[in-house]
Amino acid sequence: MTAKDLRNPLKVARGLGSSQSGVGHWWTQRVTAAALVVLLIWFVITVLSLLHADYATALATVAKPWNAMLLIIFLITMFWHAVLGLQVVIEDYVTTRWKEVLSLVLIKFLAVLGALASVLAVLRIALTH
Amino acid sequence: MADTRRPLSPHLQIYKWQVQMVSSILHRATGIALAVGTLLVVAGLLHLASGEQSFNQFKEIVGSPIGEILLIGWTWALFYHLCNGIRHLVQDTGAGYAIPQFVRSSWLSVVLSLVLTAVVWAYVLTAGGAA
Repeated sequence: MTAKDLRNPLKVARGLGSSQSGVGHWWTQRVTAAALVVLLIWFVITVLSLLHADYATALATVAKPWNAMLLIIFLITMFWHAVLGLQVVIEDYVTTRWKEVLSLVLIKFLAVLGALASVLAVLRIALTH
Repeated sequence: MADTRRPLSPHLQIYKWQVQMVSSILHRATGIALAVGTLLVVAGLLHLASGEQSFNQFKEIVGSPIGEILLIGWTWALFYHLCNGIRHLVQDTGAGYAIPQFVRSSWLSVVLSLVLTAVVWAYVLTAGGAA
């Protein structure tokens, strides 16, 4: 603040720091984490049950309504949690501003692409088998 | 500018390694590894949706020696991030911050993740390998 600045110091400080959406990020990361605890255990067991499964069995497993639904929830939650985690890592370690912004946008693009591609794959399997 | 000759923290070269910092670093490292691993899940589903030939191709790549080594790595990363993630969720409630508890739960994450990885791969290998 320069000597000419007539604004109240509080007016200058407001809106800076973590007073904007930091809590939202923190909370969403925890909620997706809690969901993933359950979804991951289900996912690992499902994948292990498909050891040596042939194509038809794998298709039929994914196509079951409950499995397809849980798989889609898992995929969206997984990508969401991954973006939130990677975002913090990038914010911590990438110190050049333009590289930081570029990386943040890039991981979001990739996550949306990954989530959409995998969800569409599940839907295609579930709706045609 | 501040006096740059003063020691900067964290001064990793002289910092004594302890399990608390290892568990914290590993949580990030495994998180990044798992974010890359999401691509494997996407690849698997896309191959499954593209037909039998493409699915068998995927199984072949995943079941190859390099594929299995990567899978073992990802399995451990998954279980470590899961165990330590649950530890962090418990700590978010304010519990477990006394130093002995903190050290003990760090070790618990490390050991449990190795045990779970061993159990899963013992099952996979006795069942005759992945894919």
